[in-house]
Amino acid sequence: MVTALLTLPLLAGLYAFIVKDDAARRRLLLWTAAGHTALTAALFILRLHPRFGLGTAAAGEWFGLDELGFIFLGITSVLFLGAAVYAVCYLELEKRDPGEEADEGFIFNNAPEAVFTGCLLLFLSAMTAVTASRNLGILWASVEATTLLSAPLIYFHRHKRSLEATWKYLLICSVGIALALMGNLFLGAAGLKHDLGLNLEALLGGAALLDKPLLKAAFLFLFVGYGTKMGLAPFHTWLPDAHSEAPALVSALLSGALLNCAFLGILRAVQICSGAGLAAFTGGILTLFGLLSLITSGLFILGQRDYKRLLAYSSIEHMGILALGAGLGGGAVYGALLNAVGHSLTKAGLFFTSGLILAAYKTKRISDVKGLLGRAPRTAALWLTGFFLITGTPPSGIFLGKFLILNEAVASGKYLVAGVYLVFLGIVFAGLARIFLNMTFGVREGQAPEEKPFTEPGGMVWPVCIFFCCVLALGLYVPAWLDALLNGAQFLIRRAP
Amino acid sequence: MNTFAELTIVVIILLNLALAVSGSLSLCIRLAAFQGVAAGLLPLLASGGVRGRAMAFAGFIILLKGVVFPWLMFRAREKTGARRDVDPLIGYPASIMLCLGAFAASSWLGSRLPLPHSGVAFIIPASLATIFTGFLLITTRAKAITQVLGYLVIENGIYIFGLALFVEQPLMVELAILLDVFVAVFVMGIAIFHISREFDHIDTDQMAELTDWHRPEDAKW
Repeated sequence: MVTALLTLPLLAGLYAFIVKDDAARRRLLLWTAAGHTALTAALFILRLHPRFGLGTAAAGEWFGLDELGFIFLGITSVLFLGAAVYAVCYLELEKRDPGEEADEGFIFNNAPEAVFTGCLLLFLSAMTAVTASRNLGILWASVEATTLLSAPLIYFHRHKRSLEATWKYLLICSVGIALALMGNLFLGAAGLKHDLGLNLEALLGGAALLDKPLLKAAFLFLFVGYGTKMGLAPFHTWLPDAHSEAPALVSALLSGALLNCAFLGILRAVQICSGAGLAAFTGGILTLFGLLSLITSGLFILGQRDYKRLLAYSSIEHMGILALGAGLGGGAVYGALLNAVGHSLTKAGLFFTSGLILAAYKTKRISDVKGLLGRAPRTAALWLTGFFLITGTPPSGIFLGKFLILNEAVASGKYLVAGVYLVFLGIVFAGLARIFLNMTFGVREGQAPEEKPFTEPGGMVWPVCIFFCCVLALGLYVPAWLDALLNGAQFLIRRAP
Repeated sequence: MNTFAELTIVVIILLNLALAVSGSLSLCIRLAAFQGVAAGLLPLLASGGVRGRAMAFAGFIILLKGVVFPWLMFRAREKTGARRDVDPLIGYPASIMLCLGAFAASSWLGSRLPLPHSGVAFIIPASLATIFTGFLLITTRAKAITQVLGYLVIENGIYIFGLALFVEQPLMVELAILLDVFVAVFVMGIAIFHISREFDHIDTDQMAELTDWHRPEDAKW
């Protein structure tokens, strides 16, 4: 089953390169995404059913899914389905009217659609491999593959700014991930005496036997490597550039799915370290860099002038929160994972909406977007809802996650951490509120009287609505299966030695 | 028995210094390729005996690092019409001092790390120094193509580091890693080609449009 999950998007992606007809290729994208989600759901249901016991990872296998893998696979699959629906409309629009950059006044010359669709599907395959890999070597190779396959996606609009973003992304992430490879080698050396290899089961089973200093070095390298990809400050420099220059649906996938995949890489290392009794060491590092990301993003959000960069910094903030939650341990891990689910859905929705705003206003400059409510009421409603959800206003699912993390920080007596966390959440809220409210309600100057209101295609609005409803529902009620999944994942991470 | 392996290590260290001072782009590409070949030969020299799998794998590495990568790099250089020099952002004396300093630091670090003894002297310091040289090339050279070169040198260093630690990964994983590196160089090559077409140069220090550090005179923002 897992193999089918991996090969479906792989084959479809390769096939997309040779399909000539645009409509057929878009159908292929849509059906592959739907098939991927259906397979993921089927795998999940089969796993719940005691008779089958499928989907549990057997020892020594390369691919298999545990609770952690399932959470991130589920997020990836659902987001990709939303992105595929959005992409069909988006590509149609881009085909008819490639658009014009109002800031510099030139017409976009887009990359061939076949390459774009093919890379999109292969990217899904690589992300699936990340969530399902049981060998840290395979995990590394898959994460690197996601970088290489998503680089052409960022460079869809062929012009200087997106090229600059692509180059920075490619180079910073490749070099960063090369450091994670060093981490893998250190990990291999740590278990060399007992011949543990890089298989996750073997490493977890023999975690107590691992050489401690080498394991610490391994964790540091893995943390810096995957942390670069995850966008933790101060390794985040590629992130705002790539997120702001990529097409909206690619930004949504990068932010909602790819960053989580990198986080999974760090969580695997945490799993092994806590098995070896180094939970305090990894917790300290994760807390420190989590707070640092929160602080950095808070400061940059305050003076932001580009709304897609704004969303990118908000992603850095949330990655900081995830790292903080994982670092604090205990109930905060549950909060962090819940936050990961909520953030992915909300941020993807917001990026989709930002694509609509870009289509309506042809600019990413915050100061030029005013009176969204009058120009495009539906988009404005989504934009405002997204703002309340992402900042964790109750009853957003993100509120619950953030609250659990705060709860754990206070309960474990880390008042300084809790204080900094609260202050910067407040700063982020204020910074986002100023910009979002101005964009929605501000008064537009020089509006042409005969201008028709902007109409959004249904396929670009529905995914956002559904994602937002899910996040709202998550804040009110966590279904039993998700609760079990999150609890299982939390148990995996803080397993006692 | 390990005399040849140790000689190779010396060659690799000297190549690092040469990379730091060489001003010619094509020479740099050749030096990095030569270093890759030397790294590929190491496992054959160090183990003494020659086994089938190791032999085939080493041959594959040498082919990739010694033939395919330099070919891709030369192709990128010709297509973009890059000038012949590497455009360092710092002077060559500073480069070589940094490189020597890195080697000294690596030697100290190599003696401190509790790593399994590998039997080949100086292999850990050499690998760490190679990784540092790669970073030096990435950060202090202006051209996009030298940054790719730096990435390859880092990759060489990590490969040597892996040899030193005796971490034997399954063949599939090794191949996946190599495939990734190959695709990385390939994609970066394409990106360089696009950069030269869009910007009319491949100097990355002039790619500074995307930033959050705005100067006051950028009034239009």
